[in-house]
Amino acid sequence: MLARLTALAGALLLLAACSSTSQAPATVAPAGPGGVGMSQYAPGSQQDLAATAGDRVFFAFDSSEVSAEGQQILQRQADWLRRYPNVSVTIEGHCDDRGTREYNLALGQRRATAVKNVLVAMGIPASRIQTISYGKERPIVVGDNEEAWAQNRVGITTVQ
Amino acid sequence: MKKQGRIAGIGHGIASAALFIVVLLAAVPARAELRIDITNGVSQPMPIALPPFAGGSPQESQTGAAIVHVTSDDLQSSGLFQPIDPRSFIQNVSANDAQPNFGEWRQINAQALVTGAVRALGDGRLRVEFRLWDVLAQQQLAGFAYTTTPQNWRRIAHIIADEIYKRITGEDGYFDTRIVYIAESGPAAHRIKRLAIMDQDGANNHFLTDGRSLVLTPRFSPSAQEITYLSYASGTPRVYLYNIDTGQQESIGDFPGMTFAPRFAPDGNRLILSRSENGNSNLFVLDLRTRRMTRLTDDEAIDTSPCYSPDGSKIVFNSDRGGSQQLYVMDAGGGNVHRISFGSGRYGTPVWSPRGDLIAFTKIDGGQFYIGVMHPDGSGERLLTKDWLVEGPTWAPNGRVLAYFRQTPTDSYGRGGSSRLFSIDLTGYNQRELKTSGDASDPAWSPLLR
Repeated sequence: MLARLTALAGALLLLAACSSTSQAPATVAPAGPGGVGMSQYAPGSQQDLAATAGDRVFFAFDSSEVSAEGQQILQRQADWLRRYPNVSVTIEGHCDDRGTREYNLALGQRRATAVKNVLVAMGIPASRIQTISYGKERPIVVGDNEEAWAQNRVGITTVQ
Repeated sequence: MKKQGRIAGIGHGIASAALFIVVLLAAVPARAELRIDITNGVSQPMPIALPPFAGGSPQESQTGAAIVHVTSDDLQSSGLFQPIDPRSFIQNVSANDAQPNFGEWRQINAQALVTGAVRALGDGRLRVEFRLWDVLAQQQLAGFAYTTTPQNWRRIAHIIADEIYKRITGEDGYFDTRIVYIAESGPAAHRIKRLAIMDQDGANNHFLTDGRSLVLTPRFSPSAQEITYLSYASGTPRVYLYNIDTGQQESIGDFPGMTFAPRFAPDGNRLILSRSENGNSNLFVLDLRTRRMTRLTDDEAIDTSPCYSPDGSKIVFNSDRGGSQQLYVMDAGGGNVHRISFGSGRYGTPVWSPRGDLIAFTKIDGGQFYIGVMHPDGSGERLLTKDWLVEGPTWAPNGRVLAYFRQTPTDSYGRGGSSRLFSIDLTGYNQRELKTSGDASDPAWSPLLR
């Protein structure tokens, strides 16, 4: 168990180092069976969401389909949101920069809405969830390479 | 013959001024001897001599030299003219009314010659006259006199360049124009973007927004007095209008969802734009007088980047309704939708030529971006330039030149990622960087300002 936690902490550090521009720690989701666990961060905070549920789901190129892995992350987000019923969130939709600007604004909006719709289907009131698209304007990870693009095709759940 | 045009300044204290134009008649009616055919591009630019315009006072002479400098740079940038180095001039033209000594201009291989004079009038205005000569035929091809306020001297220089271009090529010029664009600064993840405007040659650059809000995709109204663009100022991305005379910015309205990808209709009274509804982006027309929106498309696909044909009867846009991003044309009312792009790759940002004969686009294929053109029926696709990222073509008002932006790749340390404006002839020749004070994207070319 200790070894697993250490590995997770290492992974967290590594990811944080890779994505130094992102505001929140990247996705690592140590969910226990039956719902989300607790984290060392302030309850109901962005860091808490990221550490306990994972705050982002990734998308394939030019796609807004939530993957099975994404569904699992969103299930944990829904559990977390039920624990903090006063927290509202905004889903940010982002794209890599290998598309045209206006198309990517539309694609980012589609991704954000896809995430919202899954959370709503899981029972979270739509009134708690706003969406916004940043298209290719606010890359999470800087760099024109496959790894960075994959990190930038994302819907990020941000605590308001 | 007199014609009066209005010259508008950028708001904020530069007054508008009337411009009076007089045609200077030639002693002998000109025949069109000197001509450039620009349809296929030229390998040999026409040698043209532009001695400084004469002036009676040092200040007049100074203005005369400055005007000729700007006119000369305009003509050179077209790639169609080669201004001759003034150091090789044999004579200085001072008395511009007299017939030039054509033999001396022939000796330095000038085919065309531009002479002129500047005079400060008693009421503080400036009178600038110029004549265009065919050196071999020894004929005047054009002659005009302009009276305006001294601060308009650059515009006079551009108007003269337009007249020369028109007389020699038979096509309207594009030098008395502005470009609105997005000025960029700061790191890629937190890029600061400001609305900016400049003369086509990079002069008179002004920042119109302060960079606190993300702004994107500005486009001119047909009168060149207004700009429509996207701003995140309210938190939600929305379409805005900017009035160049007053500096006033306003949202087009608090419609549900994101509004984006705006462009003016040719009549200037309507905008066409995208609006997202539950994740779908559809096309709408906004009447600017009633602020009422009319739906044009209603489907599950991404429909965006709409643009009217110059006669307003058709709309081109990009949509992924067929599975990937492609170009479609439909009637202005929304009917008769048909796909026009069938090459490999994805197509976006279609813009109808002011002449109506072509549609320019961005194409993404095999990891590369292209700027290209095709006929409105989808035939005759031609790619003009290719790079890591080139996007967002905009037409010069004569439909002969395109501007776009080019972005270099960013490495994982954030190095690179610079973005600059370029222009290229429809022929695919004469690619040039447009002067901007820093990084720039999303250019939009104004109509001719007259």
